[in-house]
Amino acid sequence: MLDLTYTAPAPKVIAGAKDDWELVIGMEIHAQVSSNAKLFSGASTTFGAEPNSNVAFVDAAMPGMLPVINEYCVEQAVRTGLGLKAEINLFSAFDRKNYFYPDLPQGYQISQLYHPIVGEGEVLVEMGPGVARLVRIERIHLEQDAGKSIHDMDPNMSFVDLNRTGVALMEIVSRPDIRGPEEAAAYVTKLRQILRYLGTCDGNMQNGNLRADVNVSVCRPGAYEKYQATQDFGHLGTRCEIKNMNSMRFIQQAIEYEARRQIAILEDGGSVVQETRLYDPDKGETRSMRSKEEAHDYRYFPCPDLLPLEIEQGWVDDIAASLPELPDEKKARFMGDFGLTDYDASVLTADTANAAYFEAVAEGRDGKLAANWVINELFGRLKKEDHDISESPVSPAQLGGIIDLITKGDISGKIAKDLFEIVYTEGGDPAQIVEARGMKQVTDTGAIEAAVDDIIAANPAQVEKAKANPKLAGWFVGQVMKATGGKANPKAVNDIVSAKLGL
Amino acid sequence: MSIDIDTARRVAHLARIAVDEKDLPALAGELSNILDFMEQLNEVDVEGIEPMTSVTPMRLKRRADVVTDGGMQDKILSNAPDAREGFFAVPKVVE
Repeated sequence: MLDLTYTAPAPKVIAGAKDDWELVIGMEIHAQVSSNAKLFSGASTTFGAEPNSNVAFVDAAMPGMLPVINEYCVEQAVRTGLGLKAEINLFSAFDRKNYFYPDLPQGYQISQLYHPIVGEGEVLVEMGPGVARLVRIERIHLEQDAGKSIHDMDPNMSFVDLNRTGVALMEIVSRPDIRGPEEAAAYVTKLRQILRYLGTCDGNMQNGNLRADVNVSVCRPGAYEKYQATQDFGHLGTRCEIKNMNSMRFIQQAIEYEARRQIAILEDGGSVVQETRLYDPDKGETRSMRSKEEAHDYRYFPCPDLLPLEIEQGWVDDIAASLPELPDEKKARFMGDFGLTDYDASVLTADTANAAYFEAVAEGRDGKLAANWVINELFGRLKKEDHDISESPVSPAQLGGIIDLITKGDISGKIAKDLFEIVYTEGGDPAQIVEARGMKQVTDTGAIEAAVDDIIAANPAQVEKAKANPKLAGWFVGQVMKATGGKANPKAVNDIVSAKLGL
Repeated sequence: MSIDIDTARRVAHLARIAVDEKDLPALAGELSNILDFMEQLNEVDVEGIEPMTSVTPMRLKRRADVVTDGGMQDKILSNAPDAREGFFAVPKVVE
């Protein structure tokens, strides 16, 4: 089993005008289930379709229409729960969360307040080699997404598109275990990585398929430890919720701003009002979203249109058996089996496509050498052209071929880089290219000796100098390499030059 | 448990139901009666009895993840008081 040893990072401390303050952060991540159809209707989930074309009468809340649950979406929620080492609730149920907004035609969102499908789990968030925060997951529930309101198409009207209405979301709720803006971003990154490994959510933040609500409060040093010991929220400050962020950068900026806002209020002798706020990236500030009179009272009650969702342990076991290797395990295996550093293993396991590519290259070869070539040469080259691994013109077999030539001593590391560039731009089999273009390293000592003899004979003055100062032997090595077009084995040249000069 | 006039006004507002000020006392009385009846039901000892969620022994019906619906923008918008360029058009709402 996986045995990762790590220490927890220090919490971020913000110095106020009077005192030091710490941050306490909990997150609710809304992850769109990667499904073809919606949670309760047969309409498509395709992004970017004509407005109101991916809408069934159920989604538009036409009278008499009834929801029928998409079994695949249930399976993905269970899969996600298993991936977060969470307990799966064989009995769960749907509730109505009531509120009015133009993009919510039902007048309520079907969600799971009282009996979520997934219970407590955990996510390990690495903050550097050997440093990680274990963030507890409180629950995951299934719910419907709302539609989209567009406010800038007309000066007096808002335009509503219901294409997203009813798409399945997994709301992943963490405990307030996150202690700084960087940790919050790292948590979202890790969760996104796990979801992508599991294939339950594509993690596309730009399209809003992964969005975060962030609960932020501040407390004095020492208070958080009291909360952890007792789980009594009384030790923590009043929190504010910043809604609906879909960028790692904005998440961090919003937390930073919000923490400083709360500290300023508290140091002024005021008190923080629990409320929902929005982050305005243009102004770099959060602002209150709902006034107190409008405070939401969702009047949750069990949805009478849906029976409880009862699933069988056997089905859950089948899903568990089909789980892929997850990032933590893969990283540990890469470090153990291939002798990779923590950093290299993290880079290579960032997503499954990178990891699969590396494994194909490393198969039967030196793992560290393979990691170097994949990370430094291939990733570096791809990044230059803004390509990802799926667009790589060099296949794992080709890159493996280059590494084999190095290992066999057929080409030097320097020639290998030239060869890589040829394979990258022109394609072809590395071994054949080396053969056809005469790039093979000369290890035939006879040939090297002849080249060394020529240079020595042609440069008697240099020979005298080198005998007085052995450091100058390097000049002969350079000349020999030049004469052989860089193909001579550098170690053999070194040895022969030293021997011939009598050094 | 009794519902006062302020609570009745608030509940009506949350449900977006327009209620005349003069009708509020009667409404509050009716709501109180309903809650009183619930309280009476609550007196029954149901310890150890599983809540009944349906009168027929049915499993929640499930659907395969197949697109079977949609592609009818005109029908979806046909009841809308105002629709433009394929969107529902509503009075400006900005938060």
